[in-house]
Amino acid sequence: MESSLNFFTGFKVLDLLFLGEAAARTLLISGISIASGTVLGVLFGWLLYEGRIFGSLTLAPVLDVFRSVPLIIQLVLFYNFAPIIGLSLDPFACGAAVLTIYTAALVANVARGGIEAVAMPLRRASRSLGMTYWQDMMYVVAPIGMRTVFPAWVGVALGVMKDSALVSVLGYIELLKASQILITRTQEPFLILAVAGAFYFALSFPVARFADRLEQRWSQ
Amino acid sequence: MIEVSELHKRFKDLHVLKGINLVVEKGVVLSIVGASGSGKSTLLYCINALEAIDSGTITVDGEDVHAKGTDINRLRRKLGMVFQQWNSFPHLTALENVALSPRIVRKLSRAESRDIAAKQLEHVGLGDKLNSYPSALSGGQQQRLAIARALAMEPSYMLFDEATSALDPELVGEVLDTMRLLAEEGMTMICVTHEMGFARDVSDRVAYVHDGTIEEIGPPEQIFGDPQSDNTRRFLAKVR
Ligand SMILES: Nc1ncnc2c1ncn2[C@@H]1O[C@H](COP(=O)(O)OP(=O)(O)OP(=O)(O)O)[C@@H](O)[C@H]1O
Ligand SMILES: [Mg+2]
Repeated sequence: MESSLNFFTGFKVLDLLFLGEAAARTLLISGISIASGTVLGVLFGWLLYEGRIFGSLTLAPVLDVFRSVPLIIQLVLFYNFAPIIGLSLDPFACGAAVLTIYTAALVANVARGGIEAVAMPLRRASRSLGMTYWQDMMYVVAPIGMRTVFPAWVGVALGVMKDSALVSVLGYIELLKASQILITRTQEPFLILAVAGAFYFALSFPVARFADRLEQRWSQ
Repeated sequence: MIEVSELHKRFKDLHVLKGINLVVEKGVVLSIVGASGSGKSTLLYCINALEAIDSGTITVDGEDVHAKGTDINRLRRKLGMVFQQWNSFPHLTALENVALSPRIVRKLSRAESRDIAAKQLEHVGLGDKLNSYPSALSGGQQQRLAIARALAMEPSYMLFDEATSALDPELVGEVLDTMRLLAEEGMTMICVTHEMGFARDVSDRVAYVHDGTIEEIGPPEQIFGDPQSDNTRRFLAKVR
């Protein structure tokens, strides 16, 4: 009894609140990045698909760079170079910008895969019905392609949520940074990391479950 | 009326159509037969501009299909097309499959589109499958769904590209019956087919395509009973 009481003394209820607030910031920065990165990524994916030569010569290598350079390096580089080109960005804006581009680079390939998944004969059929290019895209290619690559997109989104922890290196107080602060103060790394892990789980689990539900509904 | 004159089509070095001349009057059922690779599908694709052409002209009711100023999406409404592979939209029910283009292309209201769709599905014998997804339909049913979907645009012409050749033998009959029904109702049809029985019994004219040209065209009695060209005779001997 004595020892377990002792074990908890460093960690107060208020600290839980502090972590909760940080979790909300993780949710905010990843939500914004995933949403805008997805919009941008779909646009890039379409460009990769349509502009075969232009896309593979210019856009594809750029996206490859963003996909392959470790996120932490991108963050630090961007944070330090932004002021040089006259951008004064706080850690949040900087982190959101880098995460958005990173998400877009990942989503671009997913989106292109989705368009490619809709076979040419099917698209000919919709054009033969008098649909325009964009009607075919909106009513046929998008819904079918989306169902095909949705699991891959969920993977990207959950990955970005976890990777948003790296924004802590810029000093943005999201979940991981908050945990580090608490660990320094309380010297209770296991407990605090466990609580932080539980928060990450609580953020991703509903998304994953919701995705499962959607997939089940589509696969009838 | 559909008029094709001096149509040439190449895929890179491959000269597929070498001067096709063809007139299809309103109300006529034309069957096109010929060996695999002779260019039958390509000819149909050129007629509704799913493929570009190299030279020649194609007109539908006097309108040049491949002219620069032509609104091809509007023109395609006149030309229903059914493909070898049935191509149902997998994410939509049978009713939604058929109702989609009336709604977004013809800009009809949701209710009107659904009424038309239900009517056309009834027409092809799928009145009890309105809410089924394509995955729950047989190949023959999906092909009839494709026919209903094309008919819902109220086309003046129907183009069939081997509508039955991807089907299991026992399902061919139901699709041919639907096509026969359309012919009896007076639909103008161009049917690329390997079904010689259908070509003989249903069509008004039969064209034999050989190596990118129309080798012989005439009423079925002539083509099947008294073919004029050796190539036609040889082909018919093989498929019979
Ligand atoms: N998109 C394409 N690119 C290159 N070649 C093509 C293309 N489409 C068709 N071809 C070629 O053109 C020729 C005619 O093809 P087409 O599909 O019109 O023949 P078909 O008479 O319909 O044959 P089948 O009875 O097998 O359907 C074939 O040699 C084919 O390989
Ligand atoms: Mg063919």
